[in-house]
Amino acid sequence: MSTTVAGTTGAAAAPRRSPSRRARGVAAQTKVELALTLRRGESLLVSMLIPLGVLVFFSKVDAISSVKNPVDFLVPGVLALAVMSTAMVSLGIATGFERRYGVLKRLGSTPLSRGGLLTAKTLNVLVIEIVQTVLIVGVGAALGWDVTWRVIPALGVLLIGTVAFAGIGMLMAGTLRAEANLAAANALYLFLLFTGGMAYPLAKLPAAAETVARALPAAALAESVRGVLDPGRGFASGEFAVLCIWALVMPLAAARWFRWEE
Amino acid sequence: MPTAEVAIEIDCIEKSYGPRRAVDGLSLEIERGEVFGLLGPNGAGKTTTVEILEGYRSPDAGSVRVLGFDPVADGPDLRPRIGVMLQSGGLYPGIRPLEALELFAAYYDDPDDPRRLLELVGLDDVGRTLVRRLSGGQYQRLSLALALVGRPELLFLDEPTAGMDPHARATTWDLVRSLRADGVTVVLTTHGMDEAEQLCDRIAIVDHGKLVALGTPAELTDGQTSDDLRFRAPAGLDRASLAAALRLAPEAVVELHPGEYAVSGEPTPALVADLAAWWRDHDVHIGELRVGRRSLEEVFLRLTQEGRP
Repeated sequence: MSTTVAGTTGAAAAPRRSPSRRARGVAAQTKVELALTLRRGESLLVSMLIPLGVLVFFSKVDAISSVKNPVDFLVPGVLALAVMSTAMVSLGIATGFERRYGVLKRLGSTPLSRGGLLTAKTLNVLVIEIVQTVLIVGVGAALGWDVTWRVIPALGVLLIGTVAFAGIGMLMAGTLRAEANLAAANALYLFLLFTGGMAYPLAKLPAAAETVARALPAAALAESVRGVLDPGRGFASGEFAVLCIWALVMPLAAARWFRWEE
Repeated sequence: MPTAEVAIEIDCIEKSYGPRRAVDGLSLEIERGEVFGLLGPNGAGKTTTVEILEGYRSPDAGSVRVLGFDPVADGPDLRPRIGVMLQSGGLYPGIRPLEALELFAAYYDDPDDPRRLLELVGLDDVGRTLVRRLSGGQYQRLSLALALVGRPELLFLDEPTAGMDPHARATTWDLVRSLRADGVTVVLTTHGMDEAEQLCDRIAIVDHGKLVALGTPAELTDGQTSDDLRFRAPAGLDRASLAAALRLAPEAVVELHPGEYAVSGEPTPALVADLAAWWRDHDVHIGELRVGRRSLEEVFLRLTQEGRP
């Protein structure tokens, strides 16, 4: 074999960390993260079909008769559910397996920084969430929901929810074994779906359960979004404060305890 | 800008995992442009040492400089200059080889061409197969190509040919040789004595986290004359008769495996002549006769078994 394999020696000591290259690295990483997300059928199922399914099913089936106009109740809850599934379940499970397979370790010896990797993962989550939001608002409108300008401030609340749930997903991904993380993320998703005031009102829960549920991030997000979207309810400042606490504490905990190697 | 003829300086590093001391006061210098082999039994501290050099962990004591940098503190300066092949794992199961190479190429300022690399490691026909469907050897070759995509000055290969078929192994050896011709420094760990002997300019043998031998393959095997003589012949020869003819104790002639004999005793011309005379008298046709230097494998086994039960 006479071909030149690598033409570089120490003489080429030019600056090797140009900003444009760094941006291109993050862009390429984002593109691959998105492609890998789309290749995982089960992840798409959780992030797209389950929220839409909940929206259509509960607005058509008379399961929540206590609510006057079900779709008005459901759209904010399902937006919160979509954020939970993408930022916590999809991100967390994928990251847990990347840790298991040594991908995170391998990336650690490339010029892609941890910040660059986290930026790419954040962009990946945001792109999926934008698609989810458009679909949910579209399907909601088709079911009779009045689209309002209030969707814009609601996006801000959903963003804070994304930070909270991404923190939870990454904390589990970085501390549990990949299989345990898979099971825990799915179980937590189901638990929070049932106690999050997403598909039916929190008041349907027993009083004690309702108190606990209101301290959890799912109900905090769903009620906060509902407060913004529904002028009749008014801003849910207590729930919003709870959400902000989760959004602060969980990423810090993830940063503190995340282990890059399993 | 730190430049040096020394690629890697390891100064008395120690690293423990709980009560187990993985690396115990290891010091080494690796020169630029050499292919350096790190040999040792499982658990000798090879991977820990390499991972300290790659910046994955900090030593508990001592210090290392890699291309003049501290691998942990100066990671952002060092990482564009090194290529790393982990002992196992490291790849997204859902990615395709060409896609992975293009992704990694985007991390570097002056990357190599992904398609050329794919061809170089012989994966051009599986460039679009998902990584999870690759064989173990193909996976290793992709890991190697990914280690090369940034045109590294320094390449770390942790057991690069483990799990490769002989053909892929030969390709990898050729690759390492041409990298050396290009002036790339290569640090590799291996269990294959033939690999170390074939590829490495110098070899360090480590055991229990300590350096037990250092030198070129020739230096390590030089002066290590073995004190026996081996030959192949039909199985079941009369060993007592042969020992008597050689004026040795009966147990000095052993049949190691059927048809493979070892004679303990200094292989003097007289001994060889007596041996040949006995073969003539008994009409024995031999297949092979060997005296002299120990192989690297024998040196390795002797060095790493001293002090073991």
